[in-house]
Amino acid sequence: MSRRFRCGLAAGALATAMLLGGCQVQPWVKPYEREHLADPIMSFDRDPISSSYLEHVFEVREGSHGASGSVGGGCGCN
Amino acid sequence: MRQSPWRMRWIPAIAFALIAVVQADVLPDDRSDVLYHHFEGGGVTVQGPSVLIRKKAGDSLSFSYQYYLDMLSSASIDVVSQASPYKEHRTQQNFGVDYLHNNTLYSAGYISSIEPDYNSKTAFLNISQSLFGDLTTINFGFTQGSDAISKVDKGKHVAIGQSAAGLPLFHADADRKNYAVGLSQVLTRNMLLGLNFEVDSSAGYLHSPYRSVRYIDATTLRGYSYQLERYPGTRTSNAASAQLKYYLPLHSALDGSYRFFGDTWGIRASTYQLGYTQTLGSRWTFDASLRYYTQTHANFYSDLFAYPNAQNFLARDRELAQFHSKTLELGASYEFHPSWPHFIQKGSLNLDVERMFIDYEDFRDVLDTQFKAGQEPLYNLDATVGQFFISFWY
Amino acid sequence: MKSASRLVTMMGALLGLGISALPAGALAADIAPGAQAPTFQLNSSLGKPVSLADLKGQVVLINFWASWCGPCRQEMPILDQLYRSYQPAGFTLIGVNVEPNAADAQKFLKTTPVSFPILFDPTSAVSMLYQVSGMPSTIIVDRTGKIRYVHHGYKPGDEGEYLNQIRALTQE
Repeated sequence: MSRRFRCGLAAGALATAMLLGGCQVQPWVKPYEREHLADPIMSFDRDPISSSYLEHVFEVREGSHGASGSVGGGCGCN
Repeated sequence: MRQSPWRMRWIPAIAFALIAVVQADVLPDDRSDVLYHHFEGGGVTVQGPSVLIRKKAGDSLSFSYQYYLDMLSSASIDVVSQASPYKEHRTQQNFGVDYLHNNTLYSAGYISSIEPDYNSKTAFLNISQSLFGDLTTINFGFTQGSDAISKVDKGKHVAIGQSAAGLPLFHADADRKNYAVGLSQVLTRNMLLGLNFEVDSSAGYLHSPYRSVRYIDATTLRGYSYQLERYPGTRTSNAASAQLKYYLPLHSALDGSYRFFGDTWGIRASTYQLGYTQTLGSRWTFDASLRYYTQTHANFYSDLFAYPNAQNFLARDRELAQFHSKTLELGASYEFHPSWPHFIQKGSLNLDVERMFIDYEDFRDVLDTQFKAGQEPLYNLDATVGQFFISFWY
Repeated sequence: MKSASRLVTMMGALLGLGISALPAGALAADIAPGAQAPTFQLNSSLGKPVSLADLKGQVVLINFWASWCGPCRQEMPILDQLYRSYQPAGFTLIGVNVEPNAADAQKFLKTTPVSFPILFDPTSAVSMLYQVSGMPSTIIVDRTGKIRYVHHGYKPGDEGEYLNQIRALTQE
């Protein structure tokens, strides 16, 4: 990893740590308003067995790869 | 001489699939899927089964296992132009564990891919954290892998450390490291944003021991000759993507994404995707999507070099060529609630079909021998990809 | 690699800026142990409106739930058990459904019926009043109408805590 990249990653990690450290922010979408977000059709990856296969089909034929997964969204429960 | 285009050179995509469905506030659902996949195009047929099993253990742990088999029958342009059609199998297994503690999800896993001339081992670690009333989820991932490359000739497997009579010993290695960071943000009650960024580095033997490049050779009848390809020993790349999902009235959703890729080999690629999902009643879900992909060639790539050893590095792999492709996907899913066995809460039957069209801009169809070297028509291929799978939730 | 590190720094900075720009409202102390439980009235599964004021004199567990929320669905049969065990001791349970469309809740209740009253809050008025900050949310109110315990989220095993708290309050 280059030094510049490490600095960038450290900056990003520091910003995140500060935020994790207890910044009290009121969510603008309330937990009881997440009905649509909890719907499976709003999932970034509804069927992992299928999306992992398709990722593979493209990767084998193309010179690029990566940055395809997303986590989060959903019901926000617990 | 054999060609092996089906090599699993890049595992993180599969790794991400194991964690991609994750929310950092609850463990992934217990489910199992059984899939049959089929690819047909450009003289290549690849098909096989895949199974994915996921089960919680207690309240904080979830285990997953995936098995994947590729049965390849290849008569691709690369194979036919220099060798003869062949058949091969590749087996992949993924093992994963997820641990949930408060709003942090820790995931770790191991992936193994085995084919006659390529063995790959990968380990990954990922941490996901949900913040701000679960409106934001960030994740950091690290992947490390190592590959062992050998060579198969005339059906005799020249494995690492061995030598078949009369055949030279061939053994090479490659190592990979990948760092990924992702953010998912709830924008409104109907809209989700996902951002991903990845850096990866490979070093070692990064090309194929079978593949060749061609150069102008006036001494031959066809006007060109072949020599083995030569790649740099390192490759570093960055990929960044943004994805937006939008919930529409009448229980449907729209999604769009863009990904940019660039590497030290000079490849610059863009992927654009637009998708639409529509449900019908409580059982049917339909998907349609369009994907447009464009890439520039690697800086040491050429369809036809002017003379042998024209550069330090030489490549004629069409994966590194300049091309664009369009893919159309259609899918249908039917949800059912079986009355037996009782531990199964729901199931789904799914069918997914893609039509892929690849148009190469600097890779020529050498099989069209009526043309002079370098003037053959540009190659293009159409492929059909199909998936049929059954899922169970329990 | 330059562009890579710049992008990561930018993402980190954007995250920091974006979050600090959001309204960081002070956490109101209204819905906390010791405060009086705000009164409300909602339509219910009993066919008639139910008001919190009517339940004074009993220990009340108010549970905010939705059919789209996994942990909420998991919790429902357990709440039903609690209701049936402690109702004779002067305990009652009301499940406030927060969905704008009651049809999804009704569908869930058909497959997982419960014996305690379900109240419908389609406009989220009561959810806002009770500052629901997690799904599910459970608020236990004592016989005098004072909030005694607040729970956010549900993990298997939490019912042990509910049991102890209800037992203590019904003995008051």
